[in-house]
Amino acid sequence: MRIALTINSELRELEVAPGETLLDALRGAGYTGVKRGCEAGTCGSCVVLLDGTPSFSCLLFAAACEGRKVTTIEALGAPNRPHVIMSAFAEEAGVQCGYCVPGMVLTTHALLEQNASPSEEEVRGALDGHLCRCTGYVKQVRAILKAAERLAEERAAGKESSR
Amino acid sequence: MNESRKRDEGSPDAYQVVGKSERKLDALALAAGRAAFTDDQAFPHLLHAKLLWSPHAHARIRRIDAQKARELPGVACVLTHEDVPRVLHTTAGQGFPEPSPYDTPMLDHKVRYVGDRVAAVCAESRAVAERALKLIEVEYEPLPAVFDLREADAPGAPVIHDEPDCRAVIPVPYEPARNIAAKVDMRVGDLDAGFAQSELVVDHEVETHYGQHTPIEPHITICYLDDYGRLVIRTSTQVPFHVRRIVAQSTGHPLNQIRVIKPRIGGGFGAKQEVLEDIVAMLCLRTGRPVKLEYTRAEEFVSTRTRHPAVIRVKAGFAKDGTMQALHMRARTNTGAYGSHALTVVCNCGAKTLPLYRCPNIGFDADSVYTNLPVAGAYRGYGGTQAAFALEVVMDDAAAKLGLDPIELRRKLHIQAGEGSPVFRALGEGKEGVEQKIGSCKLPDCLNRGAAAIGWTEKRAAPRASGRYRRGVGMAALMQGSSIPEIDMGAASLKMNEDGSFNLLCGATDLGTGSDTVLAQIAAEALGTSLDKILVYSSDTDLTPFDVGAYASSTTYLSGQAVRDTAFRVRDQILEVAARALGVPPAEVTLAGGVARAAGKQVSYSQIALRALYEQDQFQIGAIGSAISHVSPPPFAAHFAEVEVDMRTGRTTVLSYVAAVDCGTAINPKLAEGQIEGAVMNGIGYALTEEMCFNAEGRCLNASFRHYRIPGPRDLPDLRTILVPTHEPTGPYGAKSVSEICINGPLPVLSNAIFHAAGVRMIRSPFTAERVWRALKAAE
Repeated sequence: MRIALTINSELRELEVAPGETLLDALRGAGYTGVKRGCEAGTCGSCVVLLDGTPSFSCLLFAAACEGRKVTTIEALGAPNRPHVIMSAFAEEAGVQCGYCVPGMVLTTHALLEQNASPSEEEVRGALDGHLCRCTGYVKQVRAILKAAERLAEERAAGKESSR
Repeated sequence: MNESRKRDEGSPDAYQVVGKSERKLDALALAAGRAAFTDDQAFPHLLHAKLLWSPHAHARIRRIDAQKARELPGVACVLTHEDVPRVLHTTAGQGFPEPSPYDTPMLDHKVRYVGDRVAAVCAESRAVAERALKLIEVEYEPLPAVFDLREADAPGAPVIHDEPDCRAVIPVPYEPARNIAAKVDMRVGDLDAGFAQSELVVDHEVETHYGQHTPIEPHITICYLDDYGRLVIRTSTQVPFHVRRIVAQSTGHPLNQIRVIKPRIGGGFGAKQEVLEDIVAMLCLRTGRPVKLEYTRAEEFVSTRTRHPAVIRVKAGFAKDGTMQALHMRARTNTGAYGSHALTVVCNCGAKTLPLYRCPNIGFDADSVYTNLPVAGAYRGYGGTQAAFALEVVMDDAAAKLGLDPIELRRKLHIQAGEGSPVFRALGEGKEGVEQKIGSCKLPDCLNRGAAAIGWTEKRAAPRASGRYRRGVGMAALMQGSSIPEIDMGAASLKMNEDGSFNLLCGATDLGTGSDTVLAQIAAEALGTSLDKILVYSSDTDLTPFDVGAYASSTTYLSGQAVRDTAFRVRDQILEVAARALGVPPAEVTLAGGVARAAGKQVSYSQIALRALYEQDQFQIGAIGSAISHVSPPPFAAHFAEVEVDMRTGRTTVLSYVAAVDCGTAINPKLAEGQIEGAVMNGIGYALTEEMCFNAEGRCLNASFRHYRIPGPRDLPDLRTILVPTHEPTGPYGAKSVSEICINGPLPVLSNAIFHAAGVRMIRSPFTAERVWRALKAAE
């Protein structure tokens, strides 16, 4: 069946099989930043934003996403024009194998949209549902706090210059 | 090390690139989701493979008929044991000849655990492959099974490897008829006399459990034939060169017709030191089409590899003043259905713990037994994890009985720089070990700084609370090694480009640790240039020199030496060209910041490269070099934790954890900290919650993240890492290893902290709320 949905601000039509997950449909369409870790909604490496909300793409039927807005890591930035959150993860050594990181970056993005200056506790709460076996989370939590600070500075500077 | 080499390395304060927390080279591409893992490259006409797993713990396959599966539309190939060569090999990705027994064929007429391979299918889609599996008819003759490692060698126990051709390929004891996969012992001094003259003897037997590495990317392999018909294995592995060798062995395909490529890999922790690629290679060779095998999470738990469960008894005898008189360790590990890493893990139980304390009389008796449970293999810590638990709870109890602070007893007994241990020589990996003296050890500083950070003195002295929630602190001292001496080998090549950049090609395998970055930092330092001038490409058997791979805490230390030595040779060539360009003798030229200077004149690396490539006395500036080590310098660590025990439920919460680590020079401090933090969290999970559970038929009951709980972001205690710098004289720029040691801390540290908090001694892991509660009830 064909479904129409918005992926990374682009209207796309995808041919999907009944029962095909959003994870498989996205990876099949070339969005390989979406990772497969458990197919049970327990590891978080497949997280995408569905209408802005972090969602396990392995638990969603692609067909159920007709007309929805999907954001994958590819929309947020690239190595040569990284998003602030990506840079913070890289600089704070929050990336080891990096398999879990795209999902975490998206969850962070959603968190900081809602809460521009989260506490450490709130960061950990938001990350709940993401598993990382490499880092022990220490540097990832620090990276997120740093990204929040940077974004706040950028906003402040933006306000300054628009005055 | 010779004098010129020392001079070349300079002094630690003068390092330009080494010792800096440079950003991991692939970090941005990974964070942006662009860096390609095995499955992130598209292959047209890809076939999807699935394996049929044994439902029985032990059974003979009486009949297997795959006709209906083969006839299913969309199925390209079905393989059973009747269709493939039967070549016994080991799946352990180790040096050759391997210390693990040859007891594993690609597919067999017998199954030895629930989850063992029975057959393989590849088809146009995963769904068709899954349907095909159900059409394979298998008639099993179930056999009696043995699950308990204590019963495995009992007379009359079912013999798991009754095939006549299983064998050890190096001269070591191997008794499959008694389910003994490995055996080792050692004696130093007179153990009986040592115990006889001891005024205090402390004795504990600990038991550890089945755990799984759970890399977030499960095992995945894509095999295809390139334009010339050669087999390419694109795989999530820690050991590309061992994959090439062992797949050639198992499939019979010529080694020179195989290329192994490791792209980005989503974690390994030892699980991917295992060579499971042979079946995918065979499906590809039979069909001529690209074939992908991706393990599900459940398959990852049961049918890849696990940590060897162990029963370890440590008995230590002390004089009244705390001097250790005798130390005996009896270790038995459960290697599961196959003997992968059986000998070497159990050897390491002793080798990575017994040298830590000075003792004149030492005994070690160890074996590893087959059972009908999932296969154990390499797992970060590699025997050190299990054995440090036993030794460090004995040390804790001994300190209490001697009236000494636990830190004081360790301080009194631990090995120091300049000292050796008879254990180093006696215990190697499948052969005698190598004598060595400790070149660097700042364990005293680790003990001091860790104790200060946790608030040891006040917290230890505080009287045990009496309420429902009781707090306590515990500690342990640890050691590991850096590479397997006189066995492991690493190599690298470097060539210079027109703009003064360098291609660094190394066989070493970055499994997310950041070794590509660390090795590039070493190259940049040795070449006198900046990190951005080093272009790293690693782990491709066609393009990069050999390396044993990422295991045994060897990459920074050993592959780092190969990179440094290769870079020094390239540097000599740069000096010569620069000298000619500047018209001075090479000895007068200095190299720094990508510029050669002499007598007030200078020439850039780019000019040097252009001269050599295009202008005069033309040649490629470049070199290939390799390294082996004659020693395995241990990193040292002191770990501390404060816990809170809920006396009503037994639930233990880790409030804070401090890891103070002497890893020599941290080539990249942030990445080194990351290794420590990751290892500690993995260790805390193993100590408190992670446990594979089996039913009476040997079936794993909790092969999912929902039921096998690894630590999540909310489980993070206040975790502090203290790097205590030393300079290891044999390591590149003073570096030792850091990746494994810290996973060994949590079991003993938390047992010791629970004891301090609640007065119960946990000797069976993991310390779940139920186990602690039962211990509390028993103590009432």
